[in-house]
Amino acid sequence: MAAVQAKSIACPNCGGPVQLRGFAHTLSAVCPQCLSILDASSPEVQILQTFQGKTQVKPTIPLGTRGKFAGAQYEVIGFQVREVSTGDDSYSWDEYLLFNPFKGFRYLTEYNGHWNFVHVETALPVKTQARGKPAMQYDSKLYLAFDYMTASTVYVLGEFPWRLKRGDSVACQDFVAPPFMLSSEATEGDITWSRAEYMTGEQIWQAFKLPGSPPPIYGIFANQPSSYGSTVASSWSTWVWLNVVLAALVFLFMFISPGRIAFSDHYVYSQGVKPDVAFSNTEAFVTPTFQLDGRKSNVELSIHTDLDNNWVYFNFALINNQTGESFDFGREVSYYHDSDGSDGNRNNSVIIPSVPSGQYYLRVDPEMARGSPFVAYDLQLRRNVPNYGFFGLAFVLLLIPPAFTTFRRGSFEAARWRESDYAPIPKSGDDD
Amino acid sequence: MSGPAANCPSCGAPVKFLWSSAVQTTCEFCHSILVRTDVDLKKVGEVADLPADASPIQIGTEGAYQNKSFVVVGRIIYEYEQGGWNEWHLVFNDGSSGWLADAQLEYDLSWISKPPTPLPGPDEIHQGQTFQWNSKSFLVTARTRAHYKGVQGELPFQYWDKSDVLFADLRTCTSDFGTIDYSDSTPLLFLGRAVDFDELHLKNLREFEGWT
Repeated sequence: MAAVQAKSIACPNCGGPVQLRGFAHTLSAVCPQCLSILDASSPEVQILQTFQGKTQVKPTIPLGTRGKFAGAQYEVIGFQVREVSTGDDSYSWDEYLLFNPFKGFRYLTEYNGHWNFVHVETALPVKTQARGKPAMQYDSKLYLAFDYMTASTVYVLGEFPWRLKRGDSVACQDFVAPPFMLSSEATEGDITWSRAEYMTGEQIWQAFKLPGSPPPIYGIFANQPSSYGSTVASSWSTWVWLNVVLAALVFLFMFISPGRIAFSDHYVYSQGVKPDVAFSNTEAFVTPTFQLDGRKSNVELSIHTDLDNNWVYFNFALINNQTGESFDFGREVSYYHDSDGSDGNRNNSVIIPSVPSGQYYLRVDPEMARGSPFVAYDLQLRRNVPNYGFFGLAFVLLLIPPAFTTFRRGSFEAARWRESDYAPIPKSGDDD
Repeated sequence: MSGPAANCPSCGAPVKFLWSSAVQTTCEFCHSILVRTDVDLKKVGEVADLPADASPIQIGTEGAYQNKSFVVVGRIIYEYEQGGWNEWHLVFNDGSSGWLADAQLEYDLSWISKPPTPLPGPDEIHQGQTFQWNSKSFLVTARTRAHYKGVQGELPFQYWDKSDVLFADLRTCTSDFGTIDYSDSTPLLFLGRAVDFDELHLKNLREFEGWT
């Protein structure tokens, strides 16, 4: 059997030839010369509508271009500009009709550099509710209501398997599950559902092997996949694993390096009473010497008191008995409590970093408010204690990458939903 | 599968049957519509010129659906205000017959089915109505008044003197397809699925200029 031939008709308005690409599927075709819309369904071609507009639109992808989508060739045979006007504001998008004589019709839409490959669906989505919005369940995915509008065809080129006119309008509704979008178009009770998949300009240019580069992208589109979507999940799971490692290290440190007690003693401080070991006329005293072993490392001094609604201030000096090198530091301990609760702590501690090994003693000079009762306290010096502050810092630093990507995804989603009719905050400029 | 051969009572050309159970066929030379009687073929009418159509399917196209192979042996052509469609008559390798609708290259496979619940009359059916069949909810998505345009090849019943015919199309949320055919006094129910072109594994298709 001979191949089905593409046919050509003559425009009854201007007499020019109109080459058809959609074979007998084409019901209406636009004359490329005078832009009249013709009824091509019967041999006696009728004019459906002549062109009264002033401006002509040149499609970014020329009619007749073929591209490969999902392994099959499709040819651009029709082009529409569809417009939505909301009173004082209007916007429009381009819609290409793609054709393959075996697989049928597909659509390609472009808005601000965002592309979608669209297929008409035959199964019915199921109405539901999610996150406080109307939603649709379809093909085991949940689509959230995004917007509704009335779209009018304002410009056409090429041919279509239905009768169309400029000014035709349909009520549309979009539901999103990035990178997919489910859209309904309703005309006189007939509802057509289609499913769109987001594509980048680069993918489109590659599919059609177009010269140059695709138009630039503006804004975030309704079903544009968030580039942070998978990054967020993986960065948090990395964070969890790193924390497990961190916790293991903490336990390991506590186990192998609890710190060796170098010195420990019990004292009572009472104002005006010079300690037995005093060597001067102050209330300060020095401890017996003790040995700090090993490589240069830290020393932790912990203070335990029996303070009761009072404070005590200690001036300390850790002094090397051989070299006279001194580490001076001070610590306040205060503890107050009443029926409403308590403030401060009876205990305190300080870590002195990088103390070389050697024989040391501690000089202690306590101070209290005048007229205070005595205070009993313990001093304990431990050599080489694990520095948990490092772990705290690591914990905070590890939090930065996942928190950052989560924030970026949050801003991306916020930007997406700002354009929605179901936005958490009404769109600016909306007066309804 | 080839059935008995006979001669066209109108032009004398040989008429071959691809399917032994065919009740009606058309003569490919003189376009007479022929009905089988017990003894011979009777001419009951003539097919006007078939409208130009661009379906890739033709009589003799072979395919397979869910590992059951079939051959296209006939069709009924309809037209309505939004275009036209073909109901291709398929004969499967087990001798059963089915239908493949091709409406602007959207394909639906269906088989005649016993209605699980009584079917409403042509005046009672309306868009938006639902039926609970085989534990699925079938929604009436379209009520189409179509114009019978012609027949070609072998059909399982006599079908040649129609004019306007009413159809109700039904869909589910899982690609099931149903159609109620009101062309006879008793409505007929066909149930099946919406299918992708690739699912049908079609061979011996028509060729299109400029496409391979």
